[in-house]
Amino acid sequence: MELINIAATDETPKVILDTQNNVFEFSGKSLPEDVTTFYNPILDWLESFGLEPSNPSKFVFKMDYFNTASSKLILDILMKLEEIHEEHSCIAVEWYFREDDEDMEEAGEEYKDIVDIPFEIKSY
Amino acid sequence: MEKTTVNIGSNYMDFVCKFHQTIRSQNIILVYEGEINQSITKAFSSMTEQNLEAEADSSVTQKRVYHVMVECLQNVSKHADSEKTGEPIIPGRGIFIVSHNESDYTVTTGNVIANDKIEIITAMLNKFNALNPDEIKEEYKRMIKESRLSEKAGAGLGFIDIVKKTGNKIEFHFEKINDKTSFFVQKSSINREK
Repeated sequence: MELINIAATDETPKVILDTQNNVFEFSGKSLPEDVTTFYNPILDWLESFGLEPSNPSKFVFKMDYFNTASSKLILDILMKLEEIHEEHSCIAVEWYFREDDEDMEEAGEEYKDIVDIPFEIKSY
Repeated sequence: MEKTTVNIGSNYMDFVCKFHQTIRSQNIILVYEGEINQSITKAFSSMTEQNLEAEADSSVTQKRVYHVMVECLQNVSKHADSEKTGEPIIPGRGIFIVSHNESDYTVTTGNVIANDKIEIITAMLNKFNALNPDEIKEEYKRMIKESRLSEKAGAGLGFIDIVKKTGNKIEFHFEKINDKTSFFVQKSSINREK
């Protein structure tokens, strides 16, 4: 699989999707003007990944902030992971929130409720 | 709209002094009128992010203010209409005000919208304002699952998210401009937690 390694900007998160080293991570801020331009290549990547996932894979979300449009795309990513997990039982999600960030903790809890994947919420 | 603007006339200096006093007495920390695009959104939100830290608010409060600002600014940038035609203009323009007092921050936006949107905005805001926190959470989960991104890449979750995060109702008002358009003002409050 092609490596995705996008550096963080002040409006988009850092994204690493690296099957070789088995590292999958989203971190930082997400408030781009056009969420689809940023997230569609990631969803496409996950689509191909789903055909032949590495086993097992831990997807880490360590987001500092995201706007509502991004929250929808993050759900799309999680639902794609759920689909892959249904077929291959190989996905786990770790959702990190800064210790004093109750809103980011709550966002994790909401996602955990919606998708059916092993989902751990941890503070840092 | 009724003309209530102050006639500045020759006494511009006096106007500036009064304007300054008004801003100070209302505890307004930011006021802007003009085009609202992505770079303005980022500039204001990061500016306030830095300014707030000096005010010794909790990081939860600071982040909520930042969050509400981004949602409100992106609303104007994506949903404002032209005063003359009522057709969408991108990026939108409008007024943006942030103020605070001892107990809360307020984020207010005002922008032109087509009159035919008044009904749907009113219904939506009244609905969210009437829900209790648990109902808001459930409705949010339902909406995020069902929402489809619009052409403008909005998820339609801005208002409900503000109500959910702040725990406060969104105040709003429409002032008719002409047969096609009105001025839409909305005000969100964020409680200050020390």
